[in-house]
Amino acid sequence: MAINTNIEETSPELERLKKLYADKGFVVTSINNLINWARTGSLHWMTFGLACCAVEMMHVGTPRYDVERFGAAPRASPRHADVLIVAGTLTNKMAAALRKAYDQMPEPRYVISMGSCANGGGYYHYSYSVVRGCDRIIPVDVYVPGCPPTAEGLLYGLLQLQKKIRREGNIKR
Amino acid sequence: MSEQIEMAKAAIEKNCKLNDIDVNLGQLQLSVDPANLILVIDFVKNDPSCEFKQITDIAGVDFPENEKRFKVIYHFLSFRFNLRLRVKTQISEVESLPSITSIFPAANWFEREAFDMYGITFTDHPDLRRILTDYGFEGYPLRKDFPLTGNVEIRYDEIDKKIVHEPVKLQQDFRNFDIQSPWEGTKYLDKEAKESE
Repeated sequence: MAINTNIEETSPELERLKKLYADKGFVVTSINNLINWARTGSLHWMTFGLACCAVEMMHVGTPRYDVERFGAAPRASPRHADVLIVAGTLTNKMAAALRKAYDQMPEPRYVISMGSCANGGGYYHYSYSVVRGCDRIIPVDVYVPGCPPTAEGLLYGLLQLQKKIRREGNIKR
Repeated sequence: MSEQIEMAKAAIEKNCKLNDIDVNLGQLQLSVDPANLILVIDFVKNDPSCEFKQITDIAGVDFPENEKRFKVIYHFLSFRFNLRLRVKTQISEVESLPSITSIFPAANWFEREAFDMYGITFTDHPDLRRILTDYGFEGYPLRKDFPLTGNVEIRYDEIDKKIVHEPVKLQQDFRNFDIQSPWEGTKYLDKEAKESE
C-alpha cells in the first residue's frame, strides 16, 4: 500500500473538503495523521524497572507529573504495551529477559532508554556483569540522560518520542 | 553490656579451641582453624551465655600474597544479649571449609555467594552452585586476579536471533583520575604528551 504522508500539502481536493466541512462539525484529515494521532495519544508503557531509575519512572505515573494525561498508562505485560521504558542498570543476567519482553511486544513498538546505565553502562561501564548500553540488546528510540533523570526528564523523553512518531510514523509496514 | 561480653568471652575461651580472641569496638572477634569451625559455631549458638542465634553474613577476603589465600568471616548476632560476634578463619585455594548449613540453614545462600565470588568450596553443602553471576559465568569476580571488566561481554545478534558472548573490547580503557591536585595536571595527560613526542 503506497501512502503519501504529505497528502495535506499536496492535494487541493483535500483543502476543498476541509473548507466544506470545517464549519459543520467535521474534521477532515488523512488516515495517516489519524493513526499517528491515535498512536501518540495512547503510548502504553511497559515498566521495566531495574534500579533507582524505576523510582523516577514511578513518579512520572503519579498525579504530580501524571503521564496519563498524555494517554500513557502503565501496563504490567509487554503484550499490552507500546513503549518499553528500560529504567536502570541492565546486567548480563537480565539481558535475555529484557530481549524476551521486547520480543513479546506487538508492533509498532518503541523503546525509551532511561538513565546513564541503560544508555551506555554509566557508572558500571567497566563492570564485568553489566551490559554497556541496552542498545546492545534491543533497538532504542529515545535516550534520556541523567543519573537518574528527573521525572520531568522522562516526561520530556516521552514527548520527544511522540514527536518522533508524528514525524516518521507510518501505517506502512 | 560489657559484663555480657566478658561472660560470653569467658565461656568461649573455656570451651573452644581458638587461635585468638579479643574485643574490638564492643564486639567479640575470634579466629579459629577450619577444623574447629563447626564445634565453635555450634557452641556459640547453643551456649546459654552466648546464644548467637542469627547469622548476619559470611564475608570473604582475598589476599593473593598469603599462603592461605582466603579469609572467611562469619558474622553472628545474639538477640538475647544484644551482642555481635565475628568468627574468622583462613584457607588456601585448594582447601575447603565445612558447611555450617546443618547449624544455620540461613548460611546456605551466604556460602553459595562466597563460592560464587571467590571459589571457596564448602563440604556437605546441600546445593553449592552459583547464585548471583550470569548463567554459564566463568571465573570468580571478587578475586584480586580477576580483571575489572571481566573476560566476556554480551550483545544481541540480529542474524542468530540470540544473545552472544564475545571477548571484551573496550572503546576506551579504564582510567584512574588523580583528583588530589588539579593544578598539577592529570598524570595520564603528561604520559600521553610524552608518547606523542
